[in-house]
Amino acid sequence: MKEHGTDMMEGGRAPSPIDPNARYMDGAAYDPDADTDVGGARPDLDMPTGRLIRRRFLKHRLAVVSALFLGFLYLCIPFVELIAPYGANQRDAQHLYAPPQGIHLFHEGSFVGPFVYPTTATADLENFQWTYVEDRETPQKLRFFCLGEPYKFWGLIDGRFHFVCPPEDGTLFLLGADRLGRDVLSRLIYGMRISLTVGLIGITISLLIGVTLGGVAGYFGGWVDAAVQRAIEVIRSLPELPIWLALSAAVPPQWSPVSVFLMISIILGLLDWPGLARAVRSKLLSLREEEFVRAAELIGASPQRIIRTHLIPNFMSHIVVSASLSIPAMILGETALSFLGLGLRPPAVSWGVMLNDAQDLTVIEFYPWVASAMVPVILVVLAFNFLGDGLRDAMDPYT
Amino acid sequence: MIRYLIRRVMTMAVTLAIVSALVFFIINLPPGDFLSNQIAELQAQGESASVAKAEFLRAQYSLDQPLWMQYLIWLGAVPGPDGYSGLLQGDWGWSFEFDQPVSEVLGETLWLTVIVNLSAMLFIYAVSLPLGTIAAVRAGGVTDYTVAFVGYLGLATPNFLLALILLYYGERYLGLPIGGLMDEQFEGEPFSFAKLKSILAHLVVPTIVIGTAGTAAMIRRLRANLLDELGKPYVTTAKAKGLSSTRRVVKYPLRAALNPFVADIGNLLPSLVSGSVLVSVVLSLPTLGPALLAALRSQDHYLAGFILLFVSALTLAGMLVSDILLAILDPRIRFGGRGR
Repeated sequence: MKEHGTDMMEGGRAPSPIDPNARYMDGAAYDPDADTDVGGARPDLDMPTGRLIRRRFLKHRLAVVSALFLGFLYLCIPFVELIAPYGANQRDAQHLYAPPQGIHLFHEGSFVGPFVYPTTATADLENFQWTYVEDRETPQKLRFFCLGEPYKFWGLIDGRFHFVCPPEDGTLFLLGADRLGRDVLSRLIYGMRISLTVGLIGITISLLIGVTLGGVAGYFGGWVDAAVQRAIEVIRSLPELPIWLALSAAVPPQWSPVSVFLMISIILGLLDWPGLARAVRSKLLSLREEEFVRAAELIGASPQRIIRTHLIPNFMSHIVVSASLSIPAMILGETALSFLGLGLRPPAVSWGVMLNDAQDLTVIEFYPWVASAMVPVILVVLAFNFLGDGLRDAMDPYT
Repeated sequence: MIRYLIRRVMTMAVTLAIVSALVFFIINLPPGDFLSNQIAELQAQGESASVAKAEFLRAQYSLDQPLWMQYLIWLGAVPGPDGYSGLLQGDWGWSFEFDQPVSEVLGETLWLTVIVNLSAMLFIYAVSLPLGTIAAVRAGGVTDYTVAFVGYLGLATPNFLLALILLYYGERYLGLPIGGLMDEQFEGEPFSFAKLKSILAHLVVPTIVIGTAGTAAMIRRLRANLLDELGKPYVTTAKAKGLSSTRRVVKYPLRAALNPFVADIGNLLPSLVSGSVLVSVVLSLPTLGPALLAALRSQDHYLAGFILLFVSALTLAGMLVSDILLAILDPRIRFGGRGR
């Protein structure tokens, strides 16, 4: 039915006779499909499922915006060294806690192009606080596509190219500088690399365990099923964060940042699988009873074909949705762990590590930009949630 | 009903036993232990007398035994150096860092943890029940969208950030006390009315912070359930018969929609307890959160282990309560266990 286009519905339908006793002959040729056609009222549903899903998804504006936003961020991840104007741990001792600098276009009424005004620090010894004065006289032009702070691209290739560089002898702290005079914006961009991939690695681990165990439980049933069910119950009753804390406390402090990062992602994934396993299991159990599976069996489809073309597409959608809904939980988990100092440790940069600096209230009161990592965290988590909601609605286009 | 209860309690006991083994394994994951770290330190300083003492302590706490033996001794299923003395006998172990029994170290913290989580729980139900109902009845209205918006924000804002923000503004504009769970003069004091008042004032911020994410989830769930229920023909019938709009919602559809609402405690509680650990650290509440963090950092593993176990037990107890409530509410569950 799905293969037929909408045009089929136009012709061949008998107009309803006004007088039931009058003899009436329809002049049109007999169309055998017309009798079996029930989709006439909802011609939409005769489209291929893929197109229906896409169309349904595009209707969900927030989800589309979120998908674009996340897609953009993930596209940026490989190129953070080029995008960030500063290095992640590059310090400027002259500009501790420097406030955000605005980008201006006009200097004293004339167009100069994007530039910033330099700032100089004075120590306010009464309040023990840095205050900054903007020098409104000398505009410093930003440089674009320029050579700046040297870096190792992906830790391998030496490079100096940046999209934006601070002006010569000047500073470019668009989101201010932190306690050690490091550019907050650059750190945000670098932190994105870890914060956004933690969720991906975690969800991979969780998918591997969840799909395997859930599949085994749903497929074999019996005592395997019972054992997996018990395991799920136990894991689900564990409070996540304390266990995460205990596990990440076990990561030896002398490990390299990369291995710590991998370990933390694995830890995050380790507790997340029960939901997935349960979903896969129940989905498998119910799908096996579905009539279309029975029909395929009766037609003589091989089990391989049934699994590939009937079962997997049906629960893949489910898995994609649960994955997109558990990634944000992992991102928040990493943030929380690093915030408490048990996750990633400096010199590694992640949004959680950055928030670790914003732990105390006085910092937030005087230098609120230090806590700006909370904005991307909230945005990304929201985006994943909207995306998941949109996907969930779209994956089931027949309702 | 009683048979159902017994079955649930049995499963809970088994789960708790498995959890205790898991917890013991996890806290022993970090290489070394508190005493061997101390011994290394003492040896470096050349204090042989203290080393001998530490060695004695190692034997005393059976840290020289294989791990599974340590576990059984900790549990109290096998006699340790002092005979049977483990969790089953009510001995919670020894905190190396504080050089005190764990029960002494934790003391009041346990009750405060229970109180904080309980009040967060009550907050969640008290807020989400009316808001969820309104959101469903007036679906697409102002309340619905506001609730959805606040809910999403609550979902996305990390708990600890919310804690920091609320702490800051609560202190600034509302004069809510910062940090802690009671004024200093009440600490360690016997229970009194003034102390209760002080605790209540301090509970406001933590309750809201811990409860927000759960409230958001709960409202969404209740809204969805109630919307399903409201679309059913019997509601139309009730309307046709002239039932007032309040009664029409409260009398039957709300009751039917409440079922999953109660069942959700099982999902809610673990995340609640997790959240409260983090929030306690930020707000420096004298609950198990900060104690756990400190214990993990110093590898005080009996202390950490007991806290983890207690927190898990708290979750399990909450689930048990939700199961019992459900059984009372829904006869299908109560009688489902009996063979046909």
